[in-house]
Amino acid sequence: MQEIRVTNYPEVLVDRPTHYCPGCQHGIAHRLVAEALTDLGVVDKTIAVSSIGCSVFLYNYLNLDTVEAPHGRAPAVATGVKRARPDAVVFTYQGDGDLASIGMAEIMHCANRGERVTVIFVNNTVYGMTGGQMAPTTLVGQKTTTCPGGRCLEREGAPIRMSEIIASLGGTTYCERVAVNTVKNVLGAKKAIRKAFQYQLDGKGFSFVEVLATCPTNWRMTPVAANERVATEMIPYFPLGTFKDIAATEGA
Amino acid sequence: MSERVFLKGNEAIARAALAAGMRCYFGYPITPQNDIPELLSAELPKAGGEFVQAESEVAAANMLLGAAACGVRAMTTSSSPGISLMQEAISYMAGSELPGVIVNMNRGGPGLGDIGPSQGDYYQSTRGGGHGDYRTLVLAPGTVQEAYDLTMLAFDLAFHYRNPVIVLGDAILGQMKEPVTPHAPARTADPEAASWCLEGAVGRPGRIIKSLFLEDGALAGQNTRLAAKYQAMEAEIRAEQFLVEDAELVVVAYGSIGRIAKSTVRKLRNAGHRVGLVRPITLFPFPSAMLRALADQGKRFLTIEHNLGQMVDDVRLAIRTVADSAFHGHLPGNLPTPNDFEAPILAALGADH
Ligand SMILES: Cc1ncc(C[n+]2csc(CCOP(=O)(O)OP(=O)(O)O)c2C)c(N)n1
Ligand code: SF4
Repeated sequence: MQEIRVTNYPEVLVDRPTHYCPGCQHGIAHRLVAEALTDLGVVDKTIAVSSIGCSVFLYNYLNLDTVEAPHGRAPAVATGVKRARPDAVVFTYQGDGDLASIGMAEIMHCANRGERVTVIFVNNTVYGMTGGQMAPTTLVGQKTTTCPGGRCLEREGAPIRMSEIIASLGGTTYCERVAVNTVKNVLGAKKAIRKAFQYQLDGKGFSFVEVLATCPTNWRMTPVAANERVATEMIPYFPLGTFKDIAATEGA
Repeated sequence: MSERVFLKGNEAIARAALAAGMRCYFGYPITPQNDIPELLSAELPKAGGEFVQAESEVAAANMLLGAAACGVRAMTTSSSPGISLMQEAISYMAGSELPGVIVNMNRGGPGLGDIGPSQGDYYQSTRGGGHGDYRTLVLAPGTVQEAYDLTMLAFDLAFHYRNPVIVLGDAILGQMKEPVTPHAPARTADPEAASWCLEGAVGRPGRIIKSLFLEDGALAGQNTRLAAKYQAMEAEIRAEQFLVEDAELVVVAYGSIGRIAKSTVRKLRNAGHRVGLVRPITLFPFPSAMLRALADQGKRFLTIEHNLGQMVDDVRLAIRTVADSAFHGHLPGNLPTPNDFEAPILAALGADH
């Protein structure tokens, strides 16, 4: 089969097949980050913090200076990076297990301090890399390898809505939840990610974009069915939209 | 810079870090080291640096990791329970070959223990402490001046070896006040860091700082490199010898206990007993060859520690016999005096003395 490139891509994106499963949307999120950094002309001064989970190999696909953080600690590592290099554009890229479970303390305090960093939070409601265990964001009724009968509200609690929590913290200046399940949503996600980096460039404080994404492998679905699930099950519980925008409230 | 000042051990550490060109400090309050962050919160911003009170020691150590990845001089300080929480990041720093200074003002444990002095963290400091196959350089000051000097040295060594360096003091050293002669450091910056640190990939391929090595043989290669580095650290071995030449018995003790034991040794010498002292200053790498040479001269050994016996393992490994090596452990909860060590030393010398 001959490969035909149907579109252009930003140079910071490395020309290499990813290790992600077919239909996984980590790849789309990577590309949107690459486009935002390129559009803003800041690739050369960006430092990425990769986290634990399927996306740990972020550095294989984005040609950036990158440091790998222990599980959940990316916001603390990013704090150290930003304090050491205040002029760099610093972002973390974290999954839901990483950010909303083991790393809950680090993300809350990083946001609350108003660290001038950007967090890209990929929420696929499951632990991908370790084989599909329950995540803090797993939906009620969703089956995983550690809640085989489906997540039970009484036993396991309610799925955590991170954007709503992050928006409530004092240091957050921009917080939006997006999805990449339709062309329209991808365009919205692109805008949000770009805006989040712009806020950092403007020295505004902590910016956060939650990207609802698929994990067809651990959802035991085809990529198409997985994409549909985003619309039918995820978005109703994790509504899309802007939860905080300091510029909007400032009337700027 | 040569005027003598009267400083607490904790203050000396903070001042040495400032003089050494530290750019970032991350910490979380814990007794008995709070004077360090308190002093730095005021002084570091004035010197153009960044002070962050982290939400936990877990976060503080990971902030240190992030700053170290940028090639700047950075430090965190804590005490035993806090150091346990830092072990995750310290392991990652060792695996990623990142330089950083970690000060542990050792208090009593296990668990919440007490806030008094202890040497219970010797194993944790010298055996890696976190997961995986790694080592950290460990410097153990015995005086406030040494706390100043070794903290300053810790930054140089961290960058020279691209490895975390632990300064292991205790509650006695942190709270004790002594005259110190501040001095200029050998260097305050590490220009060679420019070849590996993160700064934004300006016109070159991105640099990756990581501890994940999944490809076939990659981790073996990394760990072989690390092993060579730990071997090379032998060049840094430091220890004080006191009246050992004609000694029958060599007391081995480090840090505050080493200093107290030195007073006992001096007193017993004046009373005619042939006793000397070795005070290891680097705990990793350990001055094994020095002890071995003394063992070869037929000397016997008594290790004194403020714990149930940890460094004594290293002493026994060094002299390769347990028969001639006694141990005395001082239990936590009080401050030993030179008198407390007299009986154990005399017992080790032999009942007829
Ligand atoms: C301290 C620690 N605990 C557990 C793990 C194992 N682990 C690796 S990836 C992962 C889950 C990641 O899930 P998520 O953040 O949702 O990312 P995804 O793989 O779905 O992209 C876990 C638990 C680890 N690496 N470190
Ligand atoms: S396991 Fe899930 S998150 Fe991981 S690559 Fe596959 S689809 Fe993506």
